[in-house]
Amino acid sequence: MNINRRSLLKLSAATMAAGTIGLPSFAQQIDELVIAYNVNLPSWDPTVGPSAVNPTIQGLYQSVFDQYILQQPDLSPAPGLLTEWGWNEDKTQVWMTVRDGVTWHDGSPFTAEDVAWNLARVANPETGSPIQFVWGTLTNHRVEGNKVIADVAQFDPTIFKWMYFLTGYVLPKAYYEKVGAEGFEAAPIGTGPYMVEKFERNAFVRLKANANYWGGKPDFDTVTIKFVPDAAARVAEVESGNSHVTLEMPYEEYDRLKGGPLAGVAAPISDIGMIFLNDIEVMTDPNIRKAAAHAIDKQAIIDRLLSGYGVKIDTLQTPEYDAYDASIAVPYDEAKAIELLAASGFGPDNPVKFKIQTTKGFKPKDYEMVQAIVGLWRKVGIEAEIEVYEIAKHYELRAADQLAPAAFYNWGNSVGDPTTSTGFAMFGPSPHSVWDGEDLIGMIGPLWGEADEAKRIDGWKAVDKYIAENALVIPLLQYVQPILHAPGVVVTPHASGSLLPHLMKRA
Amino acid sequence: MAILRLLAIRLFTTLVTLSGVAVIVFFVIRVVPGNPIAMMLPPGATDEDIARLSALYGLDQPLVTQFGIWVAGVVQGDFGTSITTRQPVLDLVLGRLPATLELSIMALVMAVILGGAAALTGTRFRGGRTEGAIDVANGMALSVPDFLWGLVLILLFGVLLPLFHISGRVTPSLELPFTTDFYLFESLIRLRFDLWADIVSHMFMPALALAIPLAAIIGQLLKQSLKETMNLDYVTLARTKGYGETRVILREALRNAALPTLTLVGVQFTFLIGGTVIIERLFSYEGLGNMAIDAVINRDLPLIQGIVLLFALIFTVVNLIVDLLYAVLNPRLRHA
Repeated sequence: MNINRRSLLKLSAATMAAGTIGLPSFAQQIDELVIAYNVNLPSWDPTVGPSAVNPTIQGLYQSVFDQYILQQPDLSPAPGLLTEWGWNEDKTQVWMTVRDGVTWHDGSPFTAEDVAWNLARVANPETGSPIQFVWGTLTNHRVEGNKVIADVAQFDPTIFKWMYFLTGYVLPKAYYEKVGAEGFEAAPIGTGPYMVEKFERNAFVRLKANANYWGGKPDFDTVTIKFVPDAAARVAEVESGNSHVTLEMPYEEYDRLKGGPLAGVAAPISDIGMIFLNDIEVMTDPNIRKAAAHAIDKQAIIDRLLSGYGVKIDTLQTPEYDAYDASIAVPYDEAKAIELLAASGFGPDNPVKFKIQTTKGFKPKDYEMVQAIVGLWRKVGIEAEIEVYEIAKHYELRAADQLAPAAFYNWGNSVGDPTTSTGFAMFGPSPHSVWDGEDLIGMIGPLWGEADEAKRIDGWKAVDKYIAENALVIPLLQYVQPILHAPGVVVTPHASGSLLPHLMKRA
Repeated sequence: MAILRLLAIRLFTTLVTLSGVAVIVFFVIRVVPGNPIAMMLPPGATDEDIARLSALYGLDQPLVTQFGIWVAGVVQGDFGTSITTRQPVLDLVLGRLPATLELSIMALVMAVILGGAAALTGTRFRGGRTEGAIDVANGMALSVPDFLWGLVLILLFGVLLPLFHISGRVTPSLELPFTTDFYLFESLIRLRFDLWADIVSHMFMPALALAIPLAAIIGQLLKQSLKETMNLDYVTLARTKGYGETRVILREALRNAALPTLTLVGVQFTFLIGGTVIIERLFSYEGLGNMAIDAVINRDLPLIQGIVLLFALIFTVVNLIVDLLYAVLNPRLRHA
């Protein structure tokens, strides 16, 4: 082929034309909002099965279904399908007032019967609710006008918090009974801000705005959520203009793009990074545990490995949680760590040895953080051997109380209550705890059923203080969630980490 | 007769292979760490909750009993119910199989075209700079794995010159009139070229990423075969008749030289289907591979079993077809 001036011009023109076809849409008016989401949606039932307790897909559920109680972006509760709620005086009953004028996506009215049916359904062990142990504390659900009453079989001070947490969703009684579980999977309806128009498993869900939504019609009439699990592909999606919003990309990519053609928002969420300490081998020595805690420069790790995106924490509570106590601190103190180890006969020349387990790539820079921690430990006289495991293995080992002396993990607690952070992570009999000390069990035990809320929260603060003073766990940081978006859309981040399209507006 | 006997033997060995795969996959995925019940346990679950959920999913039975129940179901066409999606496994895998097959076939076609063109060009201009350049390109194509080619293609044709779709199988806003899950083929049959173009635009990059390494293998082998064939007497005779070099390659040498390549293509096709696992994930393509990764992450045991068994079935069937084709095309085997 001869290349002359004319053919070169033709080739250039063709290339330009081809390029124009895919011009990034962030330069244009957004008619249909497209979100590149980081996980697939396996199931549409948010109340039973493994998907119901998967924190990463709760934002998808909240687009279609309402929870009993609304959770605001700062994690605080607000009236939702329930407008009021509470216990009777002796706390033997709970009552809930149901919102009037709400309709399901098929136009049928939402009633108190729906609420009572849902609560009874997930309390039934045969339904397969993973949270049955919570919902089962209420029995004898009944309707009185627009109120739902239930008897308290076992007092749980957090029962209403679960109504805006995992599995706390309201499904349509009449519709579900008519179509069954399989029919509901094929055509789910709720009372939420968006209606499911089209769903392709492992590909996308297309949503239409619910014009009758009790909270007001969402700004975008149509939203397509593409499931794009690969972070590089998600970044390419927004960079090319194929999608308008995405989340959970490497912080370096976020920094690269947020100041250019894209805007960005990075806010702390309710996920934390922590190191479980198992009370086995050398971890029974308080000096070693305390030295390990004091030897970690958390801020340096956040600054150098996470580009500053993280919030240092010293308890399992983040500043947004109910039992956060800013006065509890475990400072970075290398000299103190050396001193503590020396008291137990260890030092840089005679290091104490143990294993630390970690995931690699499950959370941003998880393995690198553990590498950095091991490096800091080495300086004071701790020689830790790193073992990489899959998250599935972590769950299994933790449930069997067989974690290594130290194990990196991330803990989510979008409800913000201390029972679902310190409580379940540190209470010995819980399958999620590997610390079995009787002293801590004795402190936590009475708090499960404490009816006085102020006393309950103070009690958890005392527990956190005791844990920090004795280094029974090493909290590291609160994660920050990066969200990239086109300039034409305003994104309101939610501290739970859920990316909610109905909170997005046109710029 | 020879072909029929070969077919009977291969069908029998296929059955044995699939039975072996079924046994291995069932027990291996239960031995590796990661219990599906532990994965779904929320904070605060008790031992009773673990026992209740284990019973609900039939995981409280002895392994041999679980295996017996599963095999009995499989024989009757019931592969169980997915733990995470709560859908029948057979429906899920059969629903995704067409997407993976279409992607694999498109990748194979691309690989054959690219590899064939490289081999023919290299043979035509053998000994010169063109052949050298083709060899260098082949080496590059082989040394980079398919998922890295995928990333390169995303950057090139997804971001820098956004010509093709980066993720998915079809644009969500399009109305699909299809009655099967073979979107690409059905769009052609229905003469819906608008949909066909959209589907191809989604498939192009993942298919090309899969095709590039295979194209290099095909190119190398075919070129080698062609060069050997070009020295045979009947080719020399063709030349003495005054045929041009291009005609000699295409009309005389190619048919004989293509036979070893055909066997290779068959074997590589099975590997290519295996490669879709990573590529489908990268491009969020809604095929079996993408589903397989989710199943493994979530320890969805029935779904993993179903997908592995189906992959094994595809592998054995493709190998069977290749063997039969080889027997049909090779005169020595055909008349044996």
